[in-house]
Order: sequence, then structure tokens, then C-alpha cells
Amino acid sequence: MNYNVDEKGYYGEFGGAYIPEMLYPNVEELRENYLKVIAEPDFQKEFNQLLKDYVGRPSPLYFAKRLSEKYNTKIYLKREDLNHTGAHKINNTIGQILMAQRLGKTRIIAETGAGQHGVATATVCALMGLECIVYMGEIDIARQAPNVARMKMLGAKVVAALSGSRTLKDATNEAIRDWINNPVDTHYIIGSAIGPHPYPDMVTRFQAIVSEEIKWQLKEQIGRENPDYVVACIGGGSNAAGTYYHYLHEPDVGIIAVEAAGLGIDSGESAATSVLGKEGIIHGCKTLLMQTKDGQITEPYSISAGLDYPGVGPMHAHLAKTGRAEFVSITDDDAMNAGLELSKLEGIIPAIETSHALAMFKYKTFKPDDVVVVNLSGRGDKDLQNYIDYFKI
Amino acid sequence: MNRINKKLQENKKLLSIYFTAGYPNINDTVTTIQNLEKNGVDMIEIGLPFSDPLADGPTIQDSSTKAIKNGMTSEVLFNQLKDIRKTVNIPLIIMGYFNPMFQYGMEAFCKKCQDIGVDGLIIPDLPVDIYNAEYKSIFEKYGLINVFLITPQTSEKRIRFIDSISNGFIYMVSSASTTGTQSGFGDQQTAYFKRIANMNLKNPQIIGFGISNHETFTQATQYAKGAIIGSAFVKHVTKHGVDTINTFTNTILN
Ligand SMILES: Cc1ncc(COP(=O)(O)O)c(C=O)c1O
Repeated sequence: MNYNVDEKGYYGEFGGAYIPEMLYPNVEELRENYLKVIAEPDFQKEFNQLLKDYVGRPSPLYFAKRLSEKYNTKIYLKREDLNHTGAHKINNTIGQILMAQRLGKTRIIAETGAGQHGVATATVCALMGLECIVYMGEIDIARQAPNVARMKMLGAKVVAALSGSRTLKDATNEAIRDWINNPVDTHYIIGSAIGPHPYPDMVTRFQAIVSEEIKWQLKEQIGRENPDYVVACIGGGSNAAGTYYHYLHEPDVGIIAVEAAGLGIDSGESAATSVLGKEGIIHGCKTLLMQTKDGQITEPYSISAGLDYPGVGPMHAHLAKTGRAEFVSITDDDAMNAGLELSKLEGIIPAIETSHALAMFKYKTFKPDDVVVVNLSGRGDKDLQNYIDYFKI
Repeated sequence: MNRINKKLQENKKLLSIYFTAGYPNINDTVTTIQNLEKNGVDMIEIGLPFSDPLADGPTIQDSSTKAIKNGMTSEVLFNQLKDIRKTVNIPLIIMGYFNPMFQYGMEAFCKKCQDIGVDGLIIPDLPVDIYNAEYKSIFEKYGLINVFLITPQTSEKRIRFIDSISNGFIYMVSSASTTGTQSGFGDQQTAYFKRIANMNLKNPQIIGFGISNHETFTQATQYAKGAIIGSAFVKHVTKHGVDTINTFTNTILN
């Protein structure tokens, strides 16, 4: 079984590029060039240099001793929270800004949910001196205020998406509409492993540094490259794609994907796409998505803005369908408690998105000798107000 | 012969109107179609609303949201249209995004269109290449014309390809934009209209996006077989409802 993208842009039956003709020249230009550009020595050199000197890579792989004791297994945390800007998102934006420059683009647009991708995009635009416009749902602007301020300080223009549910889905719609209206000078930096081909594959390749590092870091620390499990939370699936990438075809490595159950799978307020979704088309790709029986995309819900998306990247739809990955869904309450637990046990305050991945330990039991690597995708600074309100701190 | 092809042979410039089905009120669909025909419109695009219309500006986004709230679905639309051919003769095209049709089942959807007397489909987010590989035979089986879009950025090679697999007309998007965002055509558009007119394509072209009044309609049809008005009409029915459509069509045609 192949879990990577095929030459037509599909992961099994998922993926493709279901785009209006207005976007065809842009997406086609990217499709024709992305592999060539990524392979250029000059690109590789600049990408790796920036990841090292600017982002601060490699990010540590940390053996979480007290958390391991609590769950009676061996838990390693891949510290993407220690990256510049506080999450894994910057790996992708560094890659894409270099891509945009090589394609001669001068104007950058992006969507954002939690604001992490928006900040990561605004950051690389400041770094390269490019114009930056970030679309963000009106609701998310309210619940992620510190990140909105960050983007503004970095020189980006933050535009409120006022349509639909006014969250990540709608911000993505607005970004795509902007791209339709600006087809020549603009590059769209998608923030997750979603969208039309080649985006899911391109984003995955830029995030693949995560599992590349896990391999040699584990080898250094425990003498073998492969853990027994890799775990990540899934919004669109970029931190997960990076965590899984070099393990997809290693059958001895179990893959666990953690989705947001919101108030509960059956509550009507959830974002657990693998359970509630059906095959369909969202933002240019065929994947699993939450929709009515008439094919209208439904509004997801999660306490975490970064997981509040009604679809999932096509790679993950394929991993779910083939059974290669085990999908777990975690409620708001479990996630919040897991975030607090990590803070108390390890001195690390995680992003609420990441807290979902950690809450999985409450429900899944591992053997004492199992090595379980969790992508600690982001830090909790941006979520402080949410934690304060929730725990009445 | 398909009604669209027959209409395209008429020796006149064609006015095509887009409206959102089930808007402003759920039961306005049939009245809208009948009144459009009565008032000299040549062809109608019936918008099947979608929750996330990527190629549309605020006007059609809003009408779509409202229509969905009103209860519009593929099933409801087909029910409303089931007797439409008893009263309406002009070509009818359903314009909608791919996901609702995909959920209905593309074959079932096309069959239903044929049963009712819908003549063609416009599906902005079903690209030519995927249509050609996976859905062409279904359209042919049910005698439906699929209409493709081209834009100022579409390469000559791709336009020739689109022309080769089209069998009705080519929908020329007037400029790089979503619907409803233009006001008037400048030199750039005129140059593009001329460039396409000079390609001598086998399919006639109908220009859409940014046509809102007599002036833009006349400008567009100077270079093309016809023109499509969407957002401007949707704005009209938002304000005036569907009973006084003549006040809108009169301003365009006279
Ligand atoms: C810290 C963090 N983790 C995870 C996610 C989810 O995105 P993805 O599934 O693309 O990794 C986000 C998105 O904003 C995030 O900020």
C-alpha cells in the first residue's frame, strides 16, 4: 500500500484538485514546479539554514519522565512548541515563502484559525519583506486576540472573514476568493495539509522535517529509529503529516491521529471528521468532510480554533479509510484537563490543539516498554485566556 | 437537438440570467423562471445553492445562504421543476458546485435533469480534466451539455482543449474575479474579448461576471454571442421580489 501522493495527486481515492478554472493557472504553476524547486540545492540550503538559525531546529525530542510514570509507558515529546513563533506551522511557511519567491510572487495571502499559521506567515513575510494579508474568521479573531496583535505587529493586514460560521473554513474560502481576484502576483500559503493538489503533498514535505529529526534523535537516545507509536492532533493534518511522514511505510510503527470531539461525538458540536465525515469536496480536494445529506458543509465545533475544521487532509482520509492510522476523538473537557496535567507534571503549557493529542493517554493503554512519540505541536501562550476562563485560574 | 444548441443558432445576441433557486423565498423558483422567459430572457442559469461558493462574491454568497436556510436542496429543486416544461421553452441550465451533486450521485443527478428537461450544467469546481476522465460519458448518456469556464489567464492551448470537448458554448469569465465585483469594462477586458473572438473557436462564447446593466451587456455582446447577468439580478429580486422582473430586463434590453 502506498500512503504517499500518487502522480495524479491522489492518496487512494482522496485528493485531486477540484478547483474553479480561475485558479487553474496558479495551481498548475505550483504543481509543475514544486518538486523541481524543492529539489534545487540552493532551495535546500536556504530552507535548512533558516530552519536551523531562524526557527531554532532541530527541536528537542524530550523524554517526559513524570508523564511516562503516570501512564506507565515511555512518552517522548517532539518539542515543536519551542520553534520560533511557538508551533510547527513555521516549518511550512518557511518552505512556502521560499517557493513563492522562486515563482516570482510578491504578495502573500493566508488563512488562519488559531492564528498560529497567520503569525507564522506574517513572520516569514516580514523576514522576506513581502506584503501579507491574513484572513481570519471573526469568531477566531475574538478568541485568539494575542495572535491578531502579533500579526499586526509583524506588518500583516488581518482581514475578518464574515461569512458562514466565521471560523477557519470561512477564512479559507475568503483566502481562495482573494487568490481568484489576484491570480498573477499572489501566492497562497495554505496552513495545513489540505487544499488542491499539490498543496497537501507540498505542506507534508515541509513538515516532514519533524519525523526526519525524530528518527535520528530516537536513534541517539534509545538506539533505534522507530518508536512503537507516533501521535499527533489533527486539524487539517499538517503537524500529523510531518510526524507520520517517515514512518508511513514502517509497519512496526503504529500511527495515532487525535481529532477534536468538541462537546462529544453525538452532541452536534464536534469536529471529529473521521467519525462524522463522508467523502466529499472541500477547498479543492476530495476528502472526508462533515456535511448534510444534501452536501452542504456543516459547521464544526471545537474549543480549539486550530482543530475547528469540517474536513481533514486527504492523506489522513486515506490513512483512516485503509486503517493505517487509528483515529481517536477527544472532547473539550478531556483536552483542557490534559493541558493542565502536562503543565503540572512537566512544566510545559501546551496549545489546546496539542492537549487533544495528550488526552489520548486517558483512553489508550500502552505497554510499559512502548515508546510513544507525541508531537507537541504548539505552546499554550495563545490559549492562556481560554485556560484561565476554563479553570477559573 | 438540445435547446441550448438551438438557441445558439438564433440570429441575435443572447441574454442569460442567473438566479439562486429558492431565493428570496423557497417557492419563488418557478415564478422567477416563468417571468424571465416572459420578459425576453433567452436562457436561464438556475443556481443550486452551496454553503461554500468559492467563486462567488458577497451577493451570491448571501442569496445562497438564505436559500439553504429556506430549505433548498437538490431534491426540493427537482420537485419544483418537475412540470417546468409544460410552461417554459427556453434553455435551462443548473449552475452549482460539485459537492451537492456528488452527494446526490452524479448519474442520478444527470438522469433527473434529463427527465425534467434541464439542458445543461455549469459546475465551476469540477475541472475539465476530471470531467473528461470520470463524468463525460454520464453527461452524454443523458444528453446534457456541460459548460466550461475560461478566464483571461487561461492559456491558448487550454482554451483550444476546452473548445474541443465542449458542445454548447464557452463561458467566458470577463476578468480575474469572483462574481459581482466588477463595474464596467476597461481596455484590458476589451483586448481579452477581442483576442478570444479572433480565435475562431467552434463553440460560441457567452460572457459572464461583471455584467450588470445595458452598457456592460452591450459591450460584452459586441464580441460574444451573449452575456450572463447574475449578481445584479439577484440584487434586484432582493429588493423587489420576483413579480416585477420586467423592470430589470427592460433596463438591460432597451
Ligand atoms: C499548535 C497547533 N497544533 C495543531 C494545529 C492543527 O493544525 P494541523 O492539523 O495542520 O497540524 C494548529 C492549528 O492552528 C496549531 O496551532
